[in-house]
Amino acid sequence: MRHTKKDWLLAGLTGLSLAVILLLLAVLLGQIIWHGAPVISAEFLTEKPGADMISGGIWPAIYGTVFMTLLMTLAGVPVGIATAIFLNEYASPRSRIAKVVRLAVNNLAGVPSIVFGLFGLGFFIIFVGGSIDSLLYDDPTPVWGKPSILWASLTLAVLTLPVVIVTTEEALRTVPRELRDASLALGATRFQTVYKIVLPNAKGGILTGVILAVSRGAGEVAPIIFCGAANFLPYLPTDLRDMFMHLGYHVYALATQSPNVDAAQPTLFGTVLVLLVLTFSLNLLAVIIRARSRAALRP
Amino acid sequence: MSKSEPSVAQAPNDVKMETRNVNISYGSNQAIRDVDLDIADRSVTALIGPSGCGKSTYLRALNRMNDTIDSCRFEGHILLDGEDIYGRGVDPVEVRRRVGMVFQKSNPFPKSIFDNVAFGLRIGGEKDKDVIAERVEESLKGAALWDEVKDRLQTSALGLSGGQQQRLCIARCLAVWPEVILMDEPASALDPIATAKIEELIRELREQYTIVIVTHSMQQAARVSDSTAFFYMGELIEHGKTDMMFTRPAKKRTEEYISGRFG
Repeated sequence: MRHTKKDWLLAGLTGLSLAVILLLLAVLLGQIIWHGAPVISAEFLTEKPGADMISGGIWPAIYGTVFMTLLMTLAGVPVGIATAIFLNEYASPRSRIAKVVRLAVNNLAGVPSIVFGLFGLGFFIIFVGGSIDSLLYDDPTPVWGKPSILWASLTLAVLTLPVVIVTTEEALRTVPRELRDASLALGATRFQTVYKIVLPNAKGGILTGVILAVSRGAGEVAPIIFCGAANFLPYLPTDLRDMFMHLGYHVYALATQSPNVDAAQPTLFGTVLVLLVLTFSLNLLAVIIRARSRAALRP
Repeated sequence: MSKSEPSVAQAPNDVKMETRNVNISYGSNQAIRDVDLDIADRSVTALIGPSGCGKSTYLRALNRMNDTIDSCRFEGHILLDGEDIYGRGVDPVEVRRRVGMVFQKSNPFPKSIFDNVAFGLRIGGEKDKDVIAERVEESLKGAALWDEVKDRLQTSALGLSGGQQQRLCIARCLAVWPEVILMDEPASALDPIATAKIEELIRELREQYTIVIVTHSMQQAARVSDSTAFFYMGELIEHGKTDMMFTRPAKKRTEEYISGRFG
């Protein structure tokens, strides 16, 4: 192919933007690894933080993050997948309910995450938790109506819901209509068609979307500030109503609330590195699953 | 499976399906207008006509596949062995078990050859592995595909050639003991050799099954069918024995279409 001047210009410009992005990523990661890696040790990963927040480890924050992510996934993902199946497989394209739900989902996806935090505080903690307390207990000290890992996880579940719904719907749409027709024409019910044909064929796409949504939720800080993340809590949560430490929030706390911000820097970078490794491995898992499911569909 | 193969005692050329005053529309667009048509048992009925004449829409009405299209409205009656398949309380899933369908574009599931054919049995509740294996073999033999695939039943169906895929779809359809098989231009995407195989298969299947086939090819209709119905602009213009239709059609439009003057 003959390249004109314009082609070279375009190639140069696109190459340049690629280089800028790669450079930014390299600087960012290099910074974090350079400062963070020396801090990482068995002790750092398994110990409680010391009273000054700098010494000791970050185990409660790792544990809290993983626990919260699991709760969030259990609470949000099934609802999201079910909603997408309803929208794509059962609702008629002209159905008013489907239109309203889609509109709501799209708007939900655009809401800033701090607003989800306020929603969690207002709805889950004050309204739901508070109502449970006033119904069950006479004691004025709140039992459910206070920040906890349960409410933080549910708030994040709501935050990730739109992503799960949208990506699941996209995955369902990639299953050709011909396969649905073939299944129905063999006397399969709609449920059998969804369960035996549509879902297995969309599995890769759904899992990829779910993992990306979960990994986004795992690193969010703003929504959980009001809902259950603790500044400093050297104990592991043992009850759904306990507060918890979180890697992202710990970074925020170290950077802003620490008695000696400069001394906190190495711990700060170590924490960031651990958080990055956690979310990167989730993303890597998504990539692997996607590659596998694509390979499985080939003859 | 409680259903048995169609009994041989029935006299051929009894009416298997009757269509009465059928009107079908998509939104405000009427696709089929007042069609009355009898489909003879254990014979091949070809539906011909220019593109957009409604023949595929009519075909899909025979096993209630149009139910899956949201904007599609149906009026009238279609009787299968005298019973209205659009009647109150009739389950379309049950209708589709008795009236199978083969589509224009072969659509095997991205599963193994064996699992494709076994799909209908399994969703019908059959659990006995020996019964399934036996029926899969019978069906593949019935679709003249067994010899070509018997050594690779566990490989993906997507590795088969186009013609083999279409015969696999026919085998998949046979596996659930349908009484009627609807075929929507089953050979239109195939080369002449694969087409000849499908046509030969249709002639064999006629012994046991009632077949309704939509085709764009006049020659194909002449080769495989016993009777032919000519559709034009959503109406049934003429229906009769295939040899009569192709030699002495009663209506002028039929003659014009068959002789290639339009369409």
